Amino acid sequence: MKSPVEQTLPEIGTKKRLAVFKFASCDGCQLSLLDCEDELLAVADAVEIAYFLEATSRIAPGPYDVALVEGSITTPYDAERIQEVRRQASYLVTIGACATSGGIQSLKNWADHEDFLRCVYARPDYISTLETSTAIADHVAVDFELRGCPINRYQLIDVLKSLIAGRRPRTPSHSVCLDCKRRATVCVEVAQGLPCLGPVTHTGCGAICPAYDRGCYGCFGPAAQPNCDSLVAQYLDTGSTHEDLIPLLHNFNADAPEFRDAGNQIRQSAGLSTTGGRP
Amino acid sequence: MTETRSIKVEALTRVEGEGGLHVKLNGNVVEDVQLSIYEPPRFFEAFLCDRPLEEVPDITARICGICPVAYQMSAVHALEAALGVSITPEIRRMRRLLYCGEWIESHCLHMHLLHAPDFFGVDSGIELAGRFPDEVNRGLRLKKHGNELLEVLGGRAIHPINVAVGGFYRAPKRDELERLIPDFEWGLDAAIEATRWAATLDFPDFDREYDMVALSHPNEYAMNEGQVASTSGLSIDVSDYEREFAEEHVSQSTALHSVRTAGNSCYHVGPLARLNLNFAQLSSVAQRVADEIGFVLPCMNPFRAIVARGLEVIHAYDEALQILRDYRPFKPPRIEYEHTAGSGCAATEAPRGLIYHHYAVDKQGKVNAAKIVPPTSQNQRQIEDDLRGWLPEVLQDDDRRTALDCERLIRTYDPCISCSTHFLKLTVERIES
Repeated sequence: MKSPVEQTLPEIGTKKRLAVFKFASCDGCQLSLLDCEDELLAVADAVEIAYFLEATSRIAPGPYDVALVEGSITTPYDAERIQEVRRQASYLVTIGACATSGGIQSLKNWADHEDFLRCVYARPDYISTLETSTAIADHVAVDFELRGCPINRYQLIDVLKSLIAGRRPRTPSHSVCLDCKRRATVCVEVAQGLPCLGPVTHTGCGAICPAYDRGCYGCFGPAAQPNCDSLVAQYLDTGSTHEDLIPLLHNFNADAPEFRDAGNQIRQSAGLSTTGGRP
Repeated sequence: MTETRSIKVEALTRVEGEGGLHVKLNGNVVEDVQLSIYEPPRFFEAFLCDRPLEEVPDITARICGICPVAYQMSAVHALEAALGVSITPEIRRMRRLLYCGEWIESHCLHMHLLHAPDFFGVDSGIELAGRFPDEVNRGLRLKKHGNELLEVLGGRAIHPINVAVGGFYRAPKRDELERLIPDFEWGLDAAIEATRWAATLDFPDFDREYDMVALSHPNEYAMNEGQVASTSGLSIDVSDYEREFAEEHVSQSTALHSVRTAGNSCYHVGPLARLNLNFAQLSSVAQRVADEIGFVLPCMNPFRAIVARGLEVIHAYDEALQILRDYRPFKPPRIEYEHTAGSGCAATEAPRGLIYHHYAVDKQGKVNAAKIVPPTSQNQRQIEDDLRGWLPEVLQDDDRRTALDCERLIRTYDPCISCSTHFLKLTVERIES
C-alpha cells in the first residue's frame, strides 16, 4: 500500500500539469519562475503550464498535478477559492512568506482592522476583507512549503525537478548563520553589534544581508527549532531595545509561530497588545 | 425587454494586481466602462505607521515584486526630504544604475513575454518562442543581465536588500561591477536589435489626445528627480503634486483612481509619456535608433509603447555601461542623519510610470503617516477612457473576441502586474429595448 505522501506525488512519466495561483501578495514569487531566464523554456517544455495568469492567457481547467500557491488569505472570497484550488491540485506547494506565514500584510493581525480600512480607503464600505491575513496551511493541507520573501528561484527549479521526477522535494532547513560561515562573512553581530536574525532564520537567501553589512531581517522565516528566546535575551543584553526587536521579529514572517511568539513576548513585557483588540 | 448579462467579480487591492472589466452596452453604444482591480487590499500605508523609518524601503518593496526598486527609490528620496539629508553624487549615480537594472528587467519581461504575444495572436511568450526563438531568447538574456545588475548592486533581483535611507548599506566592489561590462556591451547591441524588431510589429491606428505626465530633468533622462511635467504644459515641483493630482476611491476598485484636480481629467504615465516629454535627454544611441526606425514624436498611440520600452532599454544599457566603466568605490556608502520630525515627498519613474510617496516622521524615527500613489492607479482612468474610444473599433458579436481586443489595449500600459489583464474578465451588459 502507498503511503499518503507517495499518493500525492505526481505519477512518473507523464507530462505534469502545472498551475500557479495567486492570493494576497506582490507577485514576486511567481515572477521568480519567469526570472529563471536560462531554465524557463526548458521548464515549459518539461511540464504543461495549464494555469499561470502572469505568463499566459491560456487557461486550462483542472485537475492539476502540481499547484504553486503564492499569497495569503485575506478575504472571504479567497478563503473559499483556496478550497477549490486544493480540490483541483494533487500536490500543493506554497511559495513565499505570504503563503507560508501570512506575509507582511499579517501585520494587520496586530491592529484594529477598522482603523486600517479608514486609514487607506475613503470608502471602507467598498472593501470586503477579513480581519486577518493567514497562511495557506491554516486553510488547507499543504504538501510542501518553499520559504522566502521572495523565494530562491533555484530552490523553486529544484522542487519542480523533483516533482517531475516523482520525488519528494527536499530543501535544507538550517539557519542563515551557517551560510555566513560558509561564505566567510564576518559576523555583523560580533563585529559591529548589529542585531541579526541569522541564528534563527531559515536558509535559502544565500546570507546576503550580512554580506552587505547589515543584519538579517528574517525574510525566510524561522529555521528548524530556532532558539528565539536566547537570541532576544542576548540582544537585550547587548544594547538593543524592545523598540528595535519587535519590528525585527514582526515583519515579513510576523505570523510564523516562532517569530510571532517571540515578538509577542517582548510586546507583552512592553505592555503592548498582541491581538489587535480581538479576543 | 431588457437583457443584461453580468459576471460578478469580488472587489479588492491597493496595489496593482488582478483586475476585471465591466462594459455596459446599449445596442452597439458603449454606455459605461469600468476597469476593476480586485487584488486583496494589503494596507501598506496603515501598517507602515509606527514602524522605524529605516524599514520603509524594505517594506514598500513588497508592494510589487516586479518593480521593488521603484518603491525603494521613491521611499528613500521622500524620507531624505523629510530628514533634510542630501546624498552625494556617487550615491545618486548608483541609484540611477540600480534603476537602470529594474527598467531593463521589467521592460524586457513586458516586451517579450507579456506584450509581444499580442501581435502574433499567441497566448504567451513561451508559445512565441516556438515561432521566434532567437528574438525571445535574446529578450530573456537582456532581462537576465538587468537582474544580474540588481543582484550585484542590490543583493538580489526581487526585493533588493542594499537600499538604505541615505544611500546603500555597502558600496559595490569595483570587480563586482566590472565583471558585468562584457554582458552590458552585448546588451546595448542586443537592445538595439530588439527595438528594431519591436518597430516592425503591426500597430493598430489608434492615436489619442493624451495629457502625458512624467518627471522631467534638464540634464538627464529623468528617473529619480525632476519637475513633474505634462504635455499640456504643467511643470511643478514634486511638493505640489497633491495640489495638482488627487485620488478617488471608486466602488469597483481596491486601487484608488488618480485625476488631475484641474478639470477632474485623466492622464497618462509611463514610457510613452517619458519619451514625449524627455526625448532630448534620451541617450544619443537611443535617439539615433528612434530616428532610424521612424519613431515620430509626439507619439500618442498606446500600442507603440513596446517600441518606447525598447528605446528606454537601449538608454538604460547605454547609461549603465558608462557608469560601470567609470565606477570607483566610494565612501561613505550612506549619509548619516539624526532623527527629526518632518515630512517629505518624492516622485520617481517606475518602469510603468511616475510613482509618488509622501511620509511624515517623528523625532523618534517612526513613520507617522504614509501616502503612496503607484503608476497603475494613475493610469486606470486613462485606460477606461481609451477603452471607450477603442470599443467601437473592435466591437463584435462574439464577446470573447471583443474581450481579447480590450485586453490588448490594457496590456500596452503594462499594468503592474500584467496578470491583472491576463486575468481580465469582460462583462458585457447589453441593454436592448
